[in-house]
Amino acid sequence: MKEIELVIVGGGPAGMSAAVAAYESGISDLLIIERDARLGGILQQCIHNGFGLHRFGEELTGPEYAWKYEKLVREKQIPFLPNTMVLDITPDKVVTATNATDGVFQIKAKAIILAMGCRERSRGALNIAGTRPAGIYTAGTAQKYVNLKGYMPGKEVVILGSGDIGLIMARRMTLEGAKVHAVCELMPYSGGLARNIEQCLHDFDIPLRLSHTVVEIHGKERLTGVTIAKVDKNRRPIPETREYIPCDTLLLSVGLIPENELSKTASVTLDRVTGGAVVDQDRQTSVEGIFACGNVLHVHDLVDYVSEEAEIAGKNAAAYIRGEAIERTEINLRTDGKIRYTVPQRITQKKDVTVYFRVADVYRNVTVKILDGERVVYQKKKPRVAPGEMESITLNADQLADAKELLFALEVK
Amino acid sequence: MYDIAIVGAGVIGGMIARTLARYRLKICILEKKHDVAMGASSANSAIVHAGFDAAPGSLKAKLNVRGSEMMEEVCRELGVKYRNNGSLVIGFDEADRQTVEELYRRGNENGVKNLKVLDAEDLHRLEPNVSKNAVCALHAPTGSIVCPYELTIAAIGNAMDNGADLLLDFEVCDIRDTGKHFEITSPDKTVLAKYVINAAGLYSDAIARMVGDDSFTVHPRRGEYILLDKECGTLLNHTVFRTPSKMGKGILVSPTVDGNLLTGPTSTDMDDKENKATTAEGLALVMKQASENADGVLFGKSITSFCGLRAVGSTGDFIINLPRARFVNVAGIESPGLSSAPAIAEYVVELLAKAGLKPEENPSYTPTRPAMHAFREASIEEKNAIIQKDPTYGHIICRCETVTEGEILTAIRTNPRPRDLDGVKRRTRAQMGRCQGGFCSPYIVELLAKENNIPYEAVTKFGGASLINFERTKEER
Repeated sequence: MKEIELVIVGGGPAGMSAAVAAYESGISDLLIIERDARLGGILQQCIHNGFGLHRFGEELTGPEYAWKYEKLVREKQIPFLPNTMVLDITPDKVVTATNATDGVFQIKAKAIILAMGCRERSRGALNIAGTRPAGIYTAGTAQKYVNLKGYMPGKEVVILGSGDIGLIMARRMTLEGAKVHAVCELMPYSGGLARNIEQCLHDFDIPLRLSHTVVEIHGKERLTGVTIAKVDKNRRPIPETREYIPCDTLLLSVGLIPENELSKTASVTLDRVTGGAVVDQDRQTSVEGIFACGNVLHVHDLVDYVSEEAEIAGKNAAAYIRGEAIERTEINLRTDGKIRYTVPQRITQKKDVTVYFRVADVYRNVTVKILDGERVVYQKKKPRVAPGEMESITLNADQLADAKELLFALEVK
Repeated sequence: MYDIAIVGAGVIGGMIARTLARYRLKICILEKKHDVAMGASSANSAIVHAGFDAAPGSLKAKLNVRGSEMMEEVCRELGVKYRNNGSLVIGFDEADRQTVEELYRRGNENGVKNLKVLDAEDLHRLEPNVSKNAVCALHAPTGSIVCPYELTIAAIGNAMDNGADLLLDFEVCDIRDTGKHFEITSPDKTVLAKYVINAAGLYSDAIARMVGDDSFTVHPRRGEYILLDKECGTLLNHTVFRTPSKMGKGILVSPTVDGNLLTGPTSTDMDDKENKATTAEGLALVMKQASENADGVLFGKSITSFCGLRAVGSTGDFIINLPRARFVNVAGIESPGLSSAPAIAEYVVELLAKAGLKPEENPSYTPTRPAMHAFREASIEEKNAIIQKDPTYGHIICRCETVTEGEILTAIRTNPRPRDLDGVKRRTRAQMGRCQGGFCSPYIVELLAKENNIPYEAVTKFGGASLINFERTKEER
């Protein structure tokens, strides 16, 4: 069996950035495995701008952002296998993959970085009643048809869900000549970035119908319309608010699910809230030598943070391969429910650690508190927090002290 | 001039065609839709019933028990997945216990083998995740599962490989008997056939009326289902039914041959033969009752919901007869129609013989068809041998179900050839996983366009106006 020190599963922004970081940390025996024909992952079809503001201080399109990393991969001659799909990963780090030239093959790795990204929740997961005509797509699939294939999947559009891809596609479909009748959002707030609501909906007079959902799908062959309804505070549709909207296309932007099928084959412990692996500050999973980063770990709003996270995984995978002895501790990070999750979920080393987290609802005038029992490790007031915007806090070794468990809590006035 | 024209490319028409293909007969199958298996055969419970449910002495009882005995061999020949998982009818109280015992007696009378009534303890030992509230069950070890559209596609493919013609988009609008043969017309074509077999499902009453037979009607009975992710596929080993009512066998929970968990169906009599819409109430009922049958049915893991229409005949039994010379009705084939299909085909051949058809055996008849799922079940070495000959087998298109380009291309080139996305889905399982085609459908559209030599934007989901894309927006670079 072929042996490679570091195998990176996925050549999107997370995989490329992790590979570059590992290479720069001295690992030259590495391989990126990418299922698509090209590197770049989902960024290839994200032809809108807004990428890279945090990381590069400039507004790039998706392909431009991806190219920044692909260029580095190529300059450093980091090997990558395109059109190659990983089928299985074992806990002792044997990777089974397939492609047209090599067939089904296996590689024994010293370390693996999981960077498979996420998939979109489909209509089936929602069990919307009605018929099953053509014309219902996840926003990302429609984006692929429009941006990569050059075809129009619809003309009269309703969008369910105000996640960022849904918002981006509302604008994109409009620019290509479609009429977007409404963006319906089940929750009383949007899950998308504020700037996307502004630039993709308001600028084009596309109505955002908060607390609304699609309750029925009509049409025998191609979609002919949807029935929408307002929902009560328990998110149940209110029958008397039913409203029929004729349309030929329904786009779904109803959530992203980290694609952890391979992580499961490797016996990696998953977090029920994030849908991704439970990791420490190095992005190491419960299986020694298997690391995770990017949207396979938890869904990010900005690719800039994906790159940042992947660098952590890449550097630490390199350290793991070099076998650096490290003094270990074990601090579990807990949340109070108002804060839904943290990444990492555990800290195993006393060093500076940036903890990312998301809240469960829109809250105003809150205090974010980190508690070690009675001891307040950290606190900070915030005018507003929302589920659509990831937050982060950096803790230093002193703050960690001798904590065994840290509670991340939100004090709401 | 055909010897035999079969109206309807469902599992019944398909199995009849395949059974007749062993003789020197010129056969055509006429189907109004864009593909085969588009009616009741596309959406039902996928069960090979043991045969304890139907009234003793009925055609349903006789053909179900016989069909269930034949099914494993038929599936083996056709390369169709089949699993003898056994079925359980569970009861929750004293009234249910009486029904279970009644089913036991009926089953024995129908000739079903190895039936047993279980108490709560034996039931939970056999199937630990069945509801703790269940107090008894009928265990039918011969109950099995099969995929209805896979069986239909394979049967029709096998009939075609043996010389039968499949005419799709052929909506029969008139049948005229010249005394020697029938003229069967669609809006744009006419075919001539000496014998006509009416296997038109929900529309078999309309087809019968074209030759003057108005002795029965068929109405649709809606069944709604929810299919769960493969993660849930091992919750149960057996197919778990509730005790039946006059509207059907109740909501069941069952593994499928492909490893998913299927729940449903509801049972609602309808008027509209084209209304395949699910309802919020129906889906809620499926969730409620399925959760009562078994513990740990996770509807958060549902990957799709759908609706099938049973073709319910007005006589209460299967309607298989010769209302006039050379014309056979095979109508009212509701449950246990799938289970009975091989036996129905055999029975129809006997009827034709009585009606004067005395065909010779076809010496070059091949009863087998290569299994479409052979590649996925092969060892790494076997796969690599295939990939070496055809590299497209190394390239995965559908990541959720790990379906390769080679498998999709082979399916597109194999009888009966799929022309649309759903056709590829039913043959290969590509788009049938947890992302429901989100990632792979744009590639499959490309393969369909190329193989069928049609523009990308002409590819449909299932024919007609079910277009995936409307127009091209950019020119090729």
